Amino acid sequence: MLLIHCPYCGEDRSELEFRGAGDAHIARPTNMADISDAEFEAFFFLRQNPKGIIYERWRHIHGCGRFFNAVRDTVSDRFIKTYKAGEPKPDINAAPATDAKVETYEALEGDAR
Amino acid sequence: MADQTQALRREPLANAHGGSGGVRLTPAKPASRISLRARADAVGALSSALGLDLPIRPSASAISNGRMALWLGPDEWLVIDENGADLMAAAASAGAMHSATDVSHRNTAIIVSGPGAATAINSGCPQDLSLKACPVGKCSRTIFGKAEIVLLRMSEDTFRVECWRSFSPFVFGLLAEGAEDAAQ
Repeated sequence: MLLIHCPYCGEDRSELEFRGAGDAHIARPTNMADISDAEFEAFFFLRQNPKGIIYERWRHIHGCGRFFNAVRDTVSDRFIKTYKAGEPKPDINAAPATDAKVETYEALEGDAR
Repeated sequence: MADQTQALRREPLANAHGGSGGVRLTPAKPASRISLRARADAVGALSSALGLDLPIRPSASAISNGRMALWLGPDEWLVIDENGADLMAAAASAGAMHSATDVSHRNTAIIVSGPGAATAINSGCPQDLSLKACPVGKCSRTIFGKAEIVLLRMSEDTFRVECWRSFSPFVFGLLAEGAEDAAQ
Protein backbone atom coordinates (compact mmCIF):
# COMPACT_ATOMS: atom_id res chain seq x y z
CA MET A 1 0.00 0.00 0.00
CA LEU A 2 1.29 3.45 -0.91
CA LEU A 3 2.14 5.57 2.13
CA ILE A 4 1.92 9.35 1.86
CA HIS A 5 3.50 11.73 4.35
CA CYS A 6 1.01 14.34 5.54
CA PRO A 7 2.90 17.53 6.48
CA TYR A 8 0.14 18.55 8.92
CA CYS A 9 -0.21 15.22 10.74
CA GLY A 10 3.56 14.71 10.52
CA GLU A 11 3.38 11.01 9.72
CA ASP A 12 2.96 8.54 6.91
CA ARG A 13 -0.60 7.45 6.27
CA SER A 14 -2.18 5.06 3.83
CA GLU A 15 -3.19 6.29 0.38
CA LEU A 16 -6.80 5.39 1.27
CA GLU A 17 -7.03 8.55 3.37
CA PHE A 18 -5.97 10.89 0.56
CA ARG A 19 -7.47 12.33 -2.57
CA GLY A 20 -5.64 14.02 -5.43
CA ALA A 21 -6.68 17.55 -6.38
CA GLY A 22 -4.84 18.36 -9.60
CA ASP A 23 -1.76 20.40 -10.37
CA ALA A 24 -0.22 22.71 -7.77
CA HIS A 25 1.21 26.21 -8.13
CA ILE A 26 -1.29 27.40 -10.73
CA ALA A 27 -1.72 31.09 -10.11
CA ARG A 28 -5.22 32.40 -10.65
CA PRO A 29 -5.15 35.59 -12.77
CA THR A 30 -5.98 38.67 -10.73
CA ASN A 31 -7.68 40.32 -13.73
CA MET A 32 -9.98 37.41 -14.50
CA ALA A 33 -12.59 39.52 -16.32
CA ASP A 34 -10.06 41.05 -18.68
CA ILE A 35 -8.16 38.04 -19.96
CA SER A 36 -8.85 36.55 -23.38
CA ASP A 37 -10.51 33.19 -23.94
CA ALA A 38 -7.17 31.71 -24.94
CA GLU A 39 -5.53 32.91 -21.74
CA PHE A 40 -8.43 31.55 -19.70
CA GLU A 41 -8.14 28.22 -21.47
CA ALA A 42 -4.43 28.08 -20.68
CA PHE A 43 -5.07 28.84 -17.00
CA PHE A 44 -8.14 26.67 -16.55
CA PHE A 45 -7.77 23.64 -18.80
CA LEU A 46 -4.28 23.16 -20.16
CA ARG A 47 -1.90 21.04 -18.10
CA GLN A 48 1.50 19.58 -18.86
CA ASN A 49 0.94 15.97 -17.76
CA PRO A 50 4.70 15.38 -17.61
CA LYS A 51 6.39 12.03 -17.50
CA GLY A 52 8.57 12.30 -14.43
CA ILE A 53 8.33 14.90 -11.68
CA ILE A 54 5.00 16.63 -11.16
CA TYR A 55 3.85 19.13 -8.50
CA GLU A 56 0.38 18.31 -7.28
CA ARG A 57 -2.18 19.28 -4.68
CA TRP A 58 -3.39 16.50 -2.43
CA ARG A 59 -5.95 16.47 0.32
CA HIS A 60 -5.85 14.38 3.50
CA ILE A 61 -9.59 14.12 3.30
CA HIS A 62 -10.10 11.19 5.68
CA GLY A 63 -7.55 12.52 8.16
CA CYS A 64 -6.85 16.12 9.08
CA GLY A 65 -8.76 17.44 6.05
CA ARG A 66 -5.94 19.72 4.89
CA PHE A 67 -4.81 20.43 1.35
CA PHE A 68 -1.05 20.18 0.86
CA ASN A 69 1.36 20.00 -2.05
CA ALA A 70 3.38 17.00 -3.15
CA VAL A 71 6.19 16.33 -5.57
CA ARG A 72 5.57 12.98 -7.23
CA ASP A 73 7.27 10.96 -9.89
CA THR A 74 4.60 9.88 -12.36
CA VAL A 75 6.60 6.90 -13.55
CA SER A 76 7.37 5.21 -10.26
CA ASP A 77 4.46 6.82 -8.37
CA ARG A 78 6.94 7.71 -5.63
CA PHE A 79 6.28 10.77 -3.50
CA ILE A 80 9.56 12.68 -3.41
CA LYS A 81 8.44 15.40 -1.02
CA THR A 82 5.28 16.78 0.54
CA TYR A 83 4.98 20.28 1.96
CA LYS A 84 2.30 22.54 3.40
CA ALA A 85 0.04 24.61 1.19
CA GLY A 86 1.40 28.12 0.67
CA GLU A 87 5.03 27.12 1.01
CA PRO A 88 7.26 27.94 -1.99
CA LYS A 89 7.77 25.42 -4.74
CA PRO A 90 10.81 23.34 -3.73
CA ASP A 91 13.67 23.11 -6.13
CA ILE A 92 13.86 19.47 -7.11
CA ASN A 93 16.59 19.45 -9.70
CA ALA A 94 17.75 15.96 -8.98
CA ALA A 95 17.21 13.41 -11.68
CA PRO A 96 13.81 11.76 -11.46
CA ALA A 97 14.13 9.22 -8.71
CA THR A 98 12.70 6.52 -10.88
CA ASP A 99 13.47 3.10 -9.58
CA ALA A 100 15.29 1.03 -12.16
CA LYS A 101 13.11 -1.87 -11.15
CA VAL A 102 9.95 -0.14 -12.29
CA GLU A 103 8.62 -2.02 -15.28
CA THR A 104 8.19 0.76 -17.79
CA TYR A 105 7.33 0.05 -21.39
CA GLU A 106 10.81 1.13 -22.49
CA ALA A 107 12.53 -1.11 -19.97
CA LEU A 108 10.61 -4.14 -21.06
CA GLU A 109 10.16 -3.60 -24.79
CA GLY A 110 12.85 -1.11 -25.73
CA ASP A 111 11.83 1.24 -28.48
CA ALA A 112 10.36 -1.50 -30.63
CA ARG A 113 6.82 -0.26 -30.77
CA MET B 1 -59.30 11.80 23.42
CA ALA B 2 -56.54 10.35 21.29
CA ASP B 3 -53.78 8.58 23.12
CA GLN B 4 -50.58 10.45 23.21
CA THR B 5 -47.68 8.60 21.69
CA GLN B 6 -44.16 9.23 22.68
CA ALA B 7 -41.12 8.56 20.52
CA LEU B 8 -38.50 6.53 22.28
CA ARG B 9 -34.93 7.27 21.43
CA ARG B 10 -33.15 4.10 20.45
CA GLU B 11 -29.40 3.93 20.42
CA PRO B 12 -27.96 2.94 17.04
CA LEU B 13 -26.19 -0.10 18.48
CA ALA B 14 -28.67 -0.77 21.30
CA ASN B 15 -28.69 -4.56 21.08
CA ALA B 16 -25.43 -5.12 19.28
CA HIS B 17 -23.16 -7.76 20.65
CA GLY B 18 -20.03 -9.31 19.27
CA GLY B 19 -16.46 -10.16 20.01
CA SER B 20 -14.38 -13.22 20.55
CA GLY B 21 -12.06 -14.83 23.08
CA GLY B 22 -9.47 -12.09 22.65
CA VAL B 23 -11.54 -9.02 21.81
CA ARG B 24 -14.56 -7.46 23.50
CA LEU B 25 -16.85 -5.15 21.53
CA THR B 26 -19.04 -2.85 23.61
CA PRO B 27 -21.27 -0.07 22.30
CA ALA B 28 -20.19 3.05 24.19
CA LYS B 29 -22.54 4.95 26.48
CA PRO B 30 -24.49 7.83 24.92
CA ALA B 31 -22.44 11.02 25.01
CA SER B 32 -22.68 14.60 23.88
CA ARG B 33 -20.25 15.66 21.20
CA ILE B 34 -19.32 18.78 19.33
CA SER B 35 -17.27 19.31 16.24
CA LEU B 36 -15.18 22.36 17.12
CA ARG B 37 -13.30 24.60 14.71
CA ALA B 38 -11.25 27.53 15.94
CA ARG B 39 -8.15 29.51 15.12
CA ALA B 40 -5.04 29.37 17.26
CA ASP B 41 -5.86 32.63 19.10
CA ALA B 42 -9.16 31.23 20.43
CA VAL B 43 -7.73 27.97 21.75
CA GLY B 44 -6.85 29.37 25.19
CA ALA B 45 -10.32 30.78 25.87
CA LEU B 46 -12.04 27.63 24.58
CA SER B 47 -9.76 25.42 26.67
CA SER B 48 -10.68 27.21 29.89
CA ALA B 49 -14.38 27.26 28.96
CA LEU B 50 -14.41 23.52 28.24
CA GLY B 51 -12.28 22.70 31.28
CA LEU B 52 -9.52 20.86 29.44
CA ASP B 53 -6.59 21.85 27.27
CA LEU B 54 -7.41 21.52 23.59
CA PRO B 55 -4.43 19.61 22.17
CA ILE B 56 -2.27 21.50 19.68
CA ARG B 57 0.07 18.66 18.84
CA PRO B 58 -1.03 16.48 15.88
CA SER B 59 -2.90 13.31 16.86
CA ALA B 60 -2.91 14.26 20.56
CA SER B 61 -5.88 14.04 22.91
CA ALA B 62 -6.83 15.45 26.29
CA ILE B 63 -9.05 13.54 28.70
CA SER B 64 -10.42 14.59 32.07
CA ASN B 65 -13.52 13.60 34.03
CA GLY B 66 -15.26 11.82 31.17
CA ARG B 67 -14.61 14.68 28.78
CA MET B 68 -12.25 14.24 25.85
CA ALA B 69 -10.87 16.58 23.23
CA LEU B 70 -9.44 14.85 20.18
CA TRP B 71 -7.17 16.62 17.68
CA LEU B 72 -8.54 16.02 14.18
CA GLY B 73 -6.80 18.79 12.25
CA PRO B 74 -4.76 21.95 12.87
CA ASP B 75 -7.97 23.88 13.65
CA GLU B 76 -10.45 21.08 14.30
CA TRP B 77 -11.32 19.05 17.39
CA LEU B 78 -13.92 16.49 18.36
CA VAL B 79 -15.02 17.13 21.93
CA ILE B 80 -16.89 14.32 23.68
CA ASP B 81 -18.57 14.43 27.09
CA GLU B 82 -19.74 11.10 28.47
CA ASN B 83 -21.77 12.76 31.22
CA GLY B 84 -24.06 14.44 28.70
CA ALA B 85 -22.97 18.00 29.52
CA ASP B 86 -24.11 20.83 27.26
CA LEU B 87 -20.91 21.33 25.30
CA MET B 88 -22.48 23.88 22.95
CA ALA B 89 -23.24 26.17 25.88
CA ALA B 90 -19.79 25.60 27.35
CA ALA B 91 -18.10 26.55 24.08
CA ALA B 92 -20.37 29.56 23.63
CA SER B 93 -19.38 30.86 27.07
CA ALA B 94 -15.75 31.12 25.93
CA GLY B 95 -16.35 34.48 24.27
CA ALA B 96 -13.85 33.69 21.53
CA MET B 97 -14.57 33.22 17.87
CA HIS B 98 -15.17 29.59 17.00
CA SER B 99 -17.53 27.30 15.14
CA ALA B 100 -19.20 24.50 17.08
CA THR B 101 -21.67 21.97 15.72
CA ASP B 102 -23.58 19.55 17.92
CA VAL B 103 -22.89 16.07 16.51
CA SER B 104 -24.05 14.09 19.57
CA HIS B 105 -26.51 12.01 17.59
CA ARG B 106 -24.52 11.89 14.37
CA ASN B 107 -21.82 9.80 16.00
CA THR B 108 -21.83 6.67 18.03
CA ALA B 109 -18.88 4.82 19.48
CA ILE B 110 -17.69 1.26 19.99
CA ILE B 111 -15.20 0.31 22.68
CA VAL B 112 -12.83 -2.36 21.42
CA SER B 113 -10.85 -3.97 24.21
CA GLY B 114 -8.79 -7.02 24.91
CA PRO B 115 -5.41 -8.39 23.85
CA GLY B 116 -6.52 -8.71 20.22
CA ALA B 117 -8.06 -5.23 19.94
CA ALA B 118 -5.37 -3.80 17.64
CA THR B 119 -5.56 -6.84 15.39
CA ALA B 120 -9.33 -6.54 15.16
CA ILE B 121 -9.09 -2.87 14.13
CA ASN B 122 -6.29 -3.64 11.69
CA SER B 123 -8.72 -5.91 9.85
CA GLY B 124 -10.15 -2.75 8.28
CA CYS B 125 -7.63 -0.02 9.06
CA PRO B 126 -4.06 -0.07 7.72
CA GLN B 127 -2.57 2.18 10.42
CA ASP B 128 0.35 0.95 12.49
CA LEU B 129 -1.22 0.32 15.91
CA SER B 130 1.91 -0.89 17.69
CA LEU B 131 2.52 0.93 20.97
CA LYS B 132 5.59 2.60 19.49
CA ALA B 133 3.71 4.18 16.57
CA CYS B 134 0.40 4.59 18.40
CA PRO B 135 0.96 5.32 22.10
CA VAL B 136 -1.86 5.58 24.62
CA GLY B 137 -3.78 8.82 24.04
CA LYS B 138 -3.10 9.06 20.32
CA CYS B 139 -6.14 9.73 18.18
CA SER B 140 -6.69 10.05 14.45
CA ARG B 141 -9.44 10.37 11.93
CA THR B 142 -8.93 7.52 9.52
CA ILE B 143 -10.57 4.89 7.35
CA PHE B 144 -12.04 1.61 8.59
CA GLY B 145 -13.18 -0.55 5.71
CA LYS B 146 -15.35 1.85 3.74
CA ALA B 147 -16.31 4.06 6.66
CA GLU B 148 -14.55 7.04 8.19
CA ILE B 149 -13.81 6.63 11.89
CA VAL B 150 -12.10 8.53 14.67
CA LEU B 151 -9.80 6.19 16.52
CA LEU B 152 -8.58 6.86 20.07
CA ARG B 153 -6.25 4.60 22.02
CA MET B 154 -7.54 4.77 25.60
CA SER B 155 -5.14 2.22 27.06
CA GLU B 156 -2.72 -0.40 25.84
CA ASP B 157 -5.49 -2.75 24.78
CA THR B 158 -8.56 -0.49 24.65
CA PHE B 159 -9.62 1.62 21.68
CA ARG B 160 -12.58 3.91 21.17
CA VAL B 161 -13.91 3.81 17.61
CA GLU B 162 -16.19 6.76 16.79
CA CYS B 163 -18.23 6.43 13.63
CA TRP B 164 -21.32 7.96 12.10
CA ARG B 165 -24.48 6.25 13.33
CA SER B 166 -25.58 5.19 9.85
CA PHE B 167 -22.24 3.42 9.40
CA SER B 168 -22.34 1.81 12.84
CA PRO B 169 -23.84 -1.58 11.78
CA PHE B 170 -21.14 -1.85 9.11
CA VAL B 171 -18.35 -0.85 11.48
CA PHE B 172 -19.61 -3.13 14.25
CA GLY B 173 -19.99 -6.02 11.81
CA LEU B 174 -16.52 -5.63 10.38
CA LEU B 175 -15.05 -5.30 13.90
CA ALA B 176 -16.87 -8.50 14.90
CA GLU B 177 -15.35 -10.29 11.89
CA GLY B 178 -11.93 -8.89 12.80
CA ALA B 179 -12.40 -10.01 16.38
CA GLU B 180 -13.03 -13.57 15.20
CA ASP B 181 -9.85 -13.44 13.13
CA ALA B 182 -7.86 -11.97 16.02
CA ALA B 183 -8.81 -14.91 18.23
CA GLN B 184 -7.32 -17.47 15.86
